[in-house]
Amino acid sequence: MKIVVLAKHVPDATGERTFAADGTVDRASSDGLLSELDEYAVEQALQIADELDDVEVTVMTLGPDDAADAIKRALQMGASAAIHIIDDAVHGSDALATSAILAEAIKKVGPDLVICGMASTDGTMGVVPVMIAERLSWPAATLGATLSVADDQVTIRRDDDVASLTIEVSLPAIVSVTDQSGEARYPSMRGILAAKKKPVESWTLADLDIEPSSVGLNAAWSKVLQTSARPGKEPGRVVEDEDGVPALIDFLAAGKYI
Amino acid sequence: MSEVLIVAEHAESHVSKPAFELLTLARRLGDPVAVIFGQTEDTVAKALGEYGATRVLSVTDPAIDDYLVAPKAEALAQIADSMQPAAILITSTPEGKEVAGRLAVKLGSGLITDATEIAADGTTTQSVFAGNWTVRASVTHGAPIITIKPNAVTPEAAPTEPVMEQVAVTISDAAKTARVVNKEPKKSSARPELTEAAVVVSGGRGTGGDFAAVEELADVLGGAVGASRAAVDAGWYPYAYQIGQTGKTVAPQLYIAAGISGAIQHRAGMQTSKAIVAVNKDPEAPIFALADLGIVGDLHKVLPAVIEEIKKRKG
Repeated sequence: MKIVVLAKHVPDATGERTFAADGTVDRASSDGLLSELDEYAVEQALQIADELDDVEVTVMTLGPDDAADAIKRALQMGASAAIHIIDDAVHGSDALATSAILAEAIKKVGPDLVICGMASTDGTMGVVPVMIAERLSWPAATLGATLSVADDQVTIRRDDDVASLTIEVSLPAIVSVTDQSGEARYPSMRGILAAKKKPVESWTLADLDIEPSSVGLNAAWSKVLQTSARPGKEPGRVVEDEDGVPALIDFLAAGKYI
Repeated sequence: MSEVLIVAEHAESHVSKPAFELLTLARRLGDPVAVIFGQTEDTVAKALGEYGATRVLSVTDPAIDDYLVAPKAEALAQIADSMQPAAILITSTPEGKEVAGRLAVKLGSGLITDATEIAADGTTTQSVFAGNWTVRASVTHGAPIITIKPNAVTPEAAPTEPVMEQVAVTISDAAKTARVVNKEPKKSSARPELTEAAVVVSGGRGTGGDFAAVEELADVLGGAVGASRAAVDAGWYPYAYQIGQTGKTVAPQLYIAAGISGAIQHRAGMQTSKAIVAVNKDPEAPIFALADLGIVGDLHKVLPAVIEEIKKRKG
C-alpha cells in the first residue's frame, strides 16, 4: 500500500509569529518546524506501516527551502521517502491554489491513501483535505479521532458536539486525523541516522503541468488588506494563597456574577 | 437588493444561536436567505424570520444524514447556482468549514474562514496566531464564502415573515462515498453551551483529574465547564469541552482558568474573553500575563472556599 502524508512547515507557535509586508505569514523571521498537527498524520501512517505488510509512506510538502526541515522530521520519525514541491511562484497561494497543486502531485504519485493533519497551526483553516478530495473526486473521511485500515476500507471515528460518528470510505481515499488520534513518536537515534539516506525528490510546478500564474499571491481569491498586532494586556492584580479567596469574591461581586 | 445565503444550524425545532448571528451579519450585505438541512417546522422558519430571513429553504435529501459533508456542499452549490447570492455565510464549526471548503472549489469562490466580523463592503475581520493578531481581508473572486466564529457577534432582531420553500436537490454518487455507518449521540449537559456561556470555568493539569470543584464553581456561577488540552489528553475530561486551538474558542464575559498554565495552544481558545481569572500554583505560569486577577495558590483549596462563600451569600 502506498500512503502519502501531507506535511506543512510552519512558524513555531511558541515563538513570535508575524506577517510580512505583503500580508503573508512571515516565514523568515522565526524558526519553523513540521506543524505539530501533521505529526499526528505521520504517526497514523507509520502505525499502518507497522501493522500491514508492504506499506510505503511518502511525505509530501509544498513550501520554500526551509520546508525541507518538515520533511526531515517526518523521515526521522520513519517515513520512507519524500517529495518537496518547491517553486517561487507558489508564494502567497490561498487554500484553493494549494489544494490544486497538491491534488496534481497526488495524482502523479497515485497513492492508495492520503493522510493529513486536522489543520495547519498557522493558517488553521482545516479545508485543504476536503478541497483535495473535491478536486480528485475521492472519498474523504476527515477529522478522525481514530483511524483503521482493513481490506481496502478505511474507518474513522469523528466526534462532534452532538454525536460520535463512525465513517467508512473505500480506497483510494483522503483522511485527516485530529490531535486525539494518538501521541506522535519521537525520532530515535536510528531514525535520525537513517533519514539522511532516504530519497527526497524535488518537484516544480512545471513537473505538475501547472501554470505558475494560476497560483501565488496575485492569483489568490482573497486578499489581506491589513494586519495588526493585538495590543498587549495591562498586567492584572496578582494575589497569593489565603488572599485569593476574598479577592476572587470581590472580583465576582464587582462584576455582578454573585 | 441581492440575496445572501446562510446555513442555519438547528437541532430539530431549536434553531441554534449562531444561525441568528449569521442572519445579523448577512443583513449588512443583502437579503438573508436561510438554508435548513432536514425537515423544517413552522417554528424554525418563524425563529429565523425574527432575525431577518426573507426566505427559508428546506433541503431534506436522505443522503445528507447518510454521508459526510459532501452532500451538503453539493446541495448548497445547486442552490447558489440558481440564485447567484452576493455571499454565502456558514458557521465556523469543523463541519461548516469543510462544507465551505468544498463549496469554494465547486463554485470557484474565494474563501475566508473563522471571521469574527463582516463590514457592509464585505471586509472581514479575523483573529489569528492564537489571538495575537487581527487580520482584515476580503474575497476578490466569485461569491464570497465566509465562515463565522460562533458567538463573535450579538444577534439583533429584525422581524420578517419568511417564505418557506422545499428545495429539491440532486446528490451525485460522487458525494455519497463517505458513509456514516454509526451515530452515537452524546449525553447532553444541563450546563449552558460552552461557546455561548457568559461564564466559563476550566480546569487543566493542576486539577490532577478531579474536576469536582471546577464543575461546582461553574454551577454556582451558572457557567459552562471547559478543559485544557492537557486535561483532555490525560482522559480527565471529554474532548468536546477542550478549549484551545484544536478545540473550542470561547470569549465569555468571565473566564476562570483553574490549574491551567496557559500554553499558546490554550490561549488561542480564550484570549479574547472579557475578564480572565487564573488560579495556579506556579507564579511563573504564562496564564498570569493574561489574567485580570491572578491567584497564586492551590485550586483545591481556593475553589472550595470560594464556592462556600458564594453559597453563604446566596443564603
